[in-house]
Amino acid sequence: MTRTGAQLLIDSLLDVGINTLFGIPGGVVIPIFDVLYDSELNAVLMRHEQAAAHAADGYARASGRLGCCLATSGPGATNLVTGIATANFDSVPILAITGQVRTDLIGNDAFQEADITGITRGITKHNYLVRHAEDIPRVVHEAAHIATTGRFGPVLIDIPVDVSTSKVDGELQSDLQLPGYKPNSVGNPRQVERAAELINQSSRPVLYAGGGVIASGAHQELLALAQAGNIPVTTTLMGLGAIPEDHRLSLKMLGMHGTPVANYAVMSSDLLIAIGARFDDRITGKITEFAEHAKILHVDIDPSSIGKNIKVDLPVVGDARQILLRLTPLIEERNRSEWWQQIENWRRDHKFSYKNDGKLKPQFVVQQIREVTGGEAIICTEVGQNQMWAAQWFTFKRPRQFISSGGLGTMGYGFPAAIGAQFARPEATVFEIAGDGSFQMNIQELATVARNNTPVKIALLNNGYLGMVRQWQELFYQRRYSHTRLNGNPDFVKVADAYGVAGIRVQKSEEVRPALEKALKIDGPVLLDFCIDPEENVFPMVPTDERLDHMIDLA
Amino acid sequence: MRHIISAMVKNEGGVLAHVAGLFAARAYNIDSLNVGETEDPATSRMTIAIRGEDAVIEQVIKQLRKLVNVIKVQDFSGRECVERDLMLIKVTTLPGKRGEVNDLVDIFRGKVVDISHKDMVVELSGPEAKVDAFISLCQPYGIREVVRSGRIAMVRGTKAE
Repeated sequence: MTRTGAQLLIDSLLDVGINTLFGIPGGVVIPIFDVLYDSELNAVLMRHEQAAAHAADGYARASGRLGCCLATSGPGATNLVTGIATANFDSVPILAITGQVRTDLIGNDAFQEADITGITRGITKHNYLVRHAEDIPRVVHEAAHIATTGRFGPVLIDIPVDVSTSKVDGELQSDLQLPGYKPNSVGNPRQVERAAELINQSSRPVLYAGGGVIASGAHQELLALAQAGNIPVTTTLMGLGAIPEDHRLSLKMLGMHGTPVANYAVMSSDLLIAIGARFDDRITGKITEFAEHAKILHVDIDPSSIGKNIKVDLPVVGDARQILLRLTPLIEERNRSEWWQQIENWRRDHKFSYKNDGKLKPQFVVQQIREVTGGEAIICTEVGQNQMWAAQWFTFKRPRQFISSGGLGTMGYGFPAAIGAQFARPEATVFEIAGDGSFQMNIQELATVARNNTPVKIALLNNGYLGMVRQWQELFYQRRYSHTRLNGNPDFVKVADAYGVAGIRVQKSEEVRPALEKALKIDGPVLLDFCIDPEENVFPMVPTDERLDHMIDLA
Repeated sequence: MRHIISAMVKNEGGVLAHVAGLFAARAYNIDSLNVGETEDPATSRMTIAIRGEDAVIEQVIKQLRKLVNVIKVQDFSGRECVERDLMLIKVTTLPGKRGEVNDLVDIFRGKVVDISHKDMVVELSGPEAKVDAFISLCQPYGIREVVRSGRIAMVRGTKAE
């Protein structure tokens, strides 16, 4: 059978289980889109390539499957860069396919040429420039394997247009040729035994779970370990949903905007058990004084994450789920009653709060979204105050329920990610919790949800500011609000209307519930413009490079 | 401390860029880097000489191991190994001085590979210190050009696993 490179690409993508991709056509990918014209592979037309990459990422995070995006050469490819970097930072498996100029023009400054493999070298797990069509099946299989094993991540495949159009005969090899790629997932049995000893000897242990627990599908195993040893669990932003947040063993999120109980517990612990987390500066605060009385046990699939930011007493390299499965049976029952007494006191004395002064509060909006959806919605966020309010106030039940750009902190991520999440989980209620600053960074995707009737509900927490920066200016820069007031914001309800998307404006607390209920009854996208208290802050807060237990709380 | 890191990599386009990019992105400074084909044409050997604290070197090695095209990484420091650096040096040989330079070449067991009226090109290999000493001794005559291969190294005795 004779096939073109473009046909080989689409056949190979289907082979590795991709049935949806997000993209935009352009000159050198016309041959690929021509195959998509009558392919069973569903291509979703986005309005900006950055959004295509985020949608692929949201699709992957919501489903645990490999996401895929497709863009043309040059500006199409460079527009993917932020999305690829976002996925790389948060270890999300996506394939980014880019077109490239003709092989004989590469390096000659041809029209719409960019050295995208060079540009993305530091922000992909691996990348390929394909020079022969017959290599495509192998490259796609390798790329999918690399993206979805070990520490997950994005892989880019750059395909020159003459490779897409050249014809190849016969059956082709798709066997992997990756002699240098051997992620260790099972872990060293002796290290697992030592880990159990450390846990059994500890009197004030804390489990600190990150995105690796969710990536590995280890949430049940995490809970089993916590229950076996009666160990409190705190999660990172990326780990939200790794344990039901209303569980008695959950201390909720730690870090800069985490719960006081989680931060105090970590700082007082004698053993910190990190699982699939990487001691990010938003977690540790002043790192030299972080958990200073604790031994550190670090379970991670990526050896380079261990010992990078903090000295580790016991490293265990491997997949979180496989290691927890072998660790938990070795854990001895302990009641740790003194430790729990202390934790319960902290929990009772330091609850999240906000002033109930009659103004429309973002925290209240997030709580109401939780109530109207029975706590079941998938929540995608932008970055900044909206992200932290969503993280603090929703109370997540399950993994893959909270989708947010953690590491890179990409504004403009949430809306396209919500579109991807909705395509991955058509039956789910998907909310995008946004700020007015972030939302405008990919607002053009209103066209995508309108065109596809994608029923994403956008909860715009509109305060007319780049809110988190304004908060820092208020607290640390004497209220000098330099360039954070978003004068010139549009009327978002009218913008939605212009795109053919339902818009609802909400100005008072009592309007929140009816508006949300109305939005859920609409079978399609809705934009809810919540005009919130413009100078509401996110508290508690650990100022940059302060000790983790030095929290400001002016709420 | 100075380390010699030996990396076996796939012999294909882009590998050198990946490795170099890794060093650049993390601001690791390398003393020298040498790449060449091995006994197996599908693989190349990279020898990287780098200075840094042990924790930094450990991170370098872990990051190298993460690269998909890197097959095996070893740190040779603290192991018995043979190290060599190959140099071509063009020394000014004014009338009457050629004999002196020739003597130096003999003592260092180098080889004169080209000669003209004004200078000669000497080929010399050895451990870095020997090569450095030769350069220093040639200084009084005038050095026109030096090209060095950078360090290559091999563990003594049984083949490094």
